[in-house]
Amino acid sequence: MTKRVDAIVVGGGIHGCSTALHLCLAGMEPVLIEKDYAGRHASGVNAGGVRQLARHIPEIPLSIRSMGIWERIEDLLDDDCSFESHGQVLVAENQAELEVCRSRVAELNALGLTHEELIDAAELKRLVPAVADTCPGGVVSRRDGAANPAQTTTAFRRKAATLGATVCEGVAASNIRQLDGFWHVDVGADSFAAPVLVNAAGAWAGQIAASLGEPVPVETVAPMLMITSRVPHFIDPVVILRGRKLSFKQFANGTVLIGGGHLATPYQDRNETVLDWRSLAVSARTVFELFPVMRGATIVRAWAGIEARMKDDLPVLGPSARHKGLYHQFGFSLHGFQLGPGAGAVMAELIVNGGTQTRIGDLGIDRFHPSTL
Amino acid sequence: MSTPKREAYDVVVIGAGPAGLAAAATAAEAGLSTLLLDENAGPGGQVFRAIASTPVTERAQLGADYWVGADLVKAVRASGAEIIQRATVWSLDRHIEIGVSVGGVSAFVKARRVILATGALERPFPIPGWTLPGVMTAGAAQTMLKSSALVPDGRTVIAGQGPLLWLLAAQILRLGGRIGRILDTTERRNYLAALPHAFAFLTSPYFAKGLALMREVRAKVPVVSGVGELSAAGDGQLATVTYLAGGRRETMQADLLLLHQGVVPNVNLAMAAGVEHRWDESQLCWSPVLDQNGNSSIDGIAIAGDGAGIGGAGAAVFRGYIAARAAVEALVPASAAKLTPMAELRTGLVHAERGRAFLDTLFRPAPQFRIPSGDTVVCRCEEVTAKDILEAVAIGATGPNQLKAYRRTGMGPCQGRLCGLTVTELMAEARGKSPQEIGYYRLRAPVKPITLAELAAVAKTEDDVKAVVRG
Repeated sequence: MTKRVDAIVVGGGIHGCSTALHLCLAGMEPVLIEKDYAGRHASGVNAGGVRQLARHIPEIPLSIRSMGIWERIEDLLDDDCSFESHGQVLVAENQAELEVCRSRVAELNALGLTHEELIDAAELKRLVPAVADTCPGGVVSRRDGAANPAQTTTAFRRKAATLGATVCEGVAASNIRQLDGFWHVDVGADSFAAPVLVNAAGAWAGQIAASLGEPVPVETVAPMLMITSRVPHFIDPVVILRGRKLSFKQFANGTVLIGGGHLATPYQDRNETVLDWRSLAVSARTVFELFPVMRGATIVRAWAGIEARMKDDLPVLGPSARHKGLYHQFGFSLHGFQLGPGAGAVMAELIVNGGTQTRIGDLGIDRFHPSTL
Repeated sequence: MSTPKREAYDVVVIGAGPAGLAAAATAAEAGLSTLLLDENAGPGGQVFRAIASTPVTERAQLGADYWVGADLVKAVRASGAEIIQRATVWSLDRHIEIGVSVGGVSAFVKARRVILATGALERPFPIPGWTLPGVMTAGAAQTMLKSSALVPDGRTVIAGQGPLLWLLAAQILRLGGRIGRILDTTERRNYLAALPHAFAFLTSPYFAKGLALMREVRAKVPVVSGVGELSAAGDGQLATVTYLAGGRRETMQADLLLLHQGVVPNVNLAMAAGVEHRWDESQLCWSPVLDQNGNSSIDGIAIAGDGAGIGGAGAAVFRGYIAARAAVEALVPASAAKLTPMAELRTGLVHAERGRAFLDTLFRPAPQFRIPSGDTVVCRCEEVTAKDILEAVAIGATGPNQLKAYRRTGMGPCQGRLCGLTVTELMAEARGKSPQEIGYYRLRAPVKPITLAELAAVAKTEDDVKAVVRG
């Protein structure tokens, strides 16, 4: 039997869940379809960075919009998502890197953006006392922080369901088609129809877009993370490096998360990844050099989540260039977690109001022409 | 003690218990380059622990079955297999690459075939107070006994059920240790349920040995049967054990409580590699899905011994021979002819497994000792109670992996070894689903923790690595 709803959201990552929630807040009744369970892939297993720092300029307005939601996330979700704001610090390991930081901050300031601040060695040492003495400075974004990604995605799903969203987990959306102005999607034996379809299927979204005649240059990647045993508290902000692939965060319980974008081999059809320990060893060596206090810590677990990365590292966010009622929200390219709350709010505005005050014009799917594929 | 001599082997066997010893000897004798990696100081696994070094010299004290291990060790040492003790395998993936740590140095080796012989773990026994100092597993006590001849001499209580419990009690007594009481938790209804399997058991190798062991122990220790409730208490240290049996509740003073309710396959490495597992309803545990030669769902990974499903030491030896013979047939078919024929090995396995169904039924642990309630701790690493888990289920946690978003169960240093089965069964009961539907933690490497410094030291150029290997 076909069930009529106001919108069909495909994908139960933080983006799909956030969009479903914001549609509910706008008075709509969406269905959320997730082939596994909410937060099973990248949204639930990423580093949890809530970061405006070092973003591509076209997505900064969306990031700032999102930050506003993060700062009152408990009001929205009845769950604190373990969000903590101790800032994020980009560390320059030498003068050349510091110069790159200086011109980046100047560029942002010229655009009227002030969330990134250049810092010298003294301020760096104050913010991150454990960092190696040789680092000459860096950039800080003081309102940034981190949250628990699985807890956050789950909280979005739970709140959406509480407000009336139908959540279907464990069965994939199939047979997506448009009939007489309605989008129809099968979920096992059930079928849903709605005037609106949101493609927020993460690593699987590229296939959906292509099947609807909008192929984009996207690949499936699996960034790796590892976590250590508990060590005494020694660092508050999240730290990322300018020159090398590393992100670094200590949780309240003392465990330390080490990431930075080294990739595992994804086996998307099996929901599996095979870790590349030689690359993780490079991350370990970087930490070893930069944070002597970490040398005796043990690695307890390493993992990788499957997600989509666009050729230009920018997400696809906005209406379809071909079909009425179709919206895309995918391809967040290893930095989508912080954007989730804001992107859902923006998507709901696009759907309900037909437009948004948040500048997302550079993120549309129409930026890809056949010649760029 | 050094890392593996080569970067690649025909066969790598992980674990030097009965299955691993048999498998490595067979593969190496057939001419395959074979590496045997084992975590302990000497070969033998748990059942033949310290077989080459035990200070216990009076053979009868550990029993004749224990000394069978000596022949297996002799065979593997003569076979030409490279054997590395104190080698911790911390990673295995579907590309058949193995991460191994030896003496604080890690290396990666490739294999054409891996035979996992990682054995068994003791089933969790989550009763109130089980995390108190002074409460330990029978297996841990047996390890001390075999490797150091250490026996308890305070007020000791042994509680639980299963063959290992009686064997341990006998070994403690023979070495001069004292046991105050044995609290047998075997459910009375299990005796009836096991009856249909009794004939096979009566004609199995277990029967006579088991009966003799129990008679030996009962002659020296008071045994309380039909224990249906059990708890430990004390202020920072075990002081008392309370139990309910035959309608009577009794509290007794105790310095040491040894708990045991059977063993389950140690599946962590196989699961982390991505091998498919299924819930085994008769043994109440996860077991790998295997073909008759022990081959798993991943091409190139076979599993032998108790890690393939609990079968005991005798069956483990045959499973080791079978898995290794299958590897030889696949890699050097010409050499297989000089090995024991497969049909003969299978017959041996059937004989060794005789009586297992009886034991599984008789010693099926009671629900109240598998599925705790209230404030009883489930996850020791993160101190999560049964009540905490049920609350998370009530607000939407559907399985062990989703539970991590609410509670950090299974994310501590033990990576679920001590809580995984409990969490699965507890959530299954709470949600009215089968354990198979509920699933298990997604396990990942490192299967055993390694230090950051050790991992950092691996980050060399390819040329550096080769120079070290050749030197």
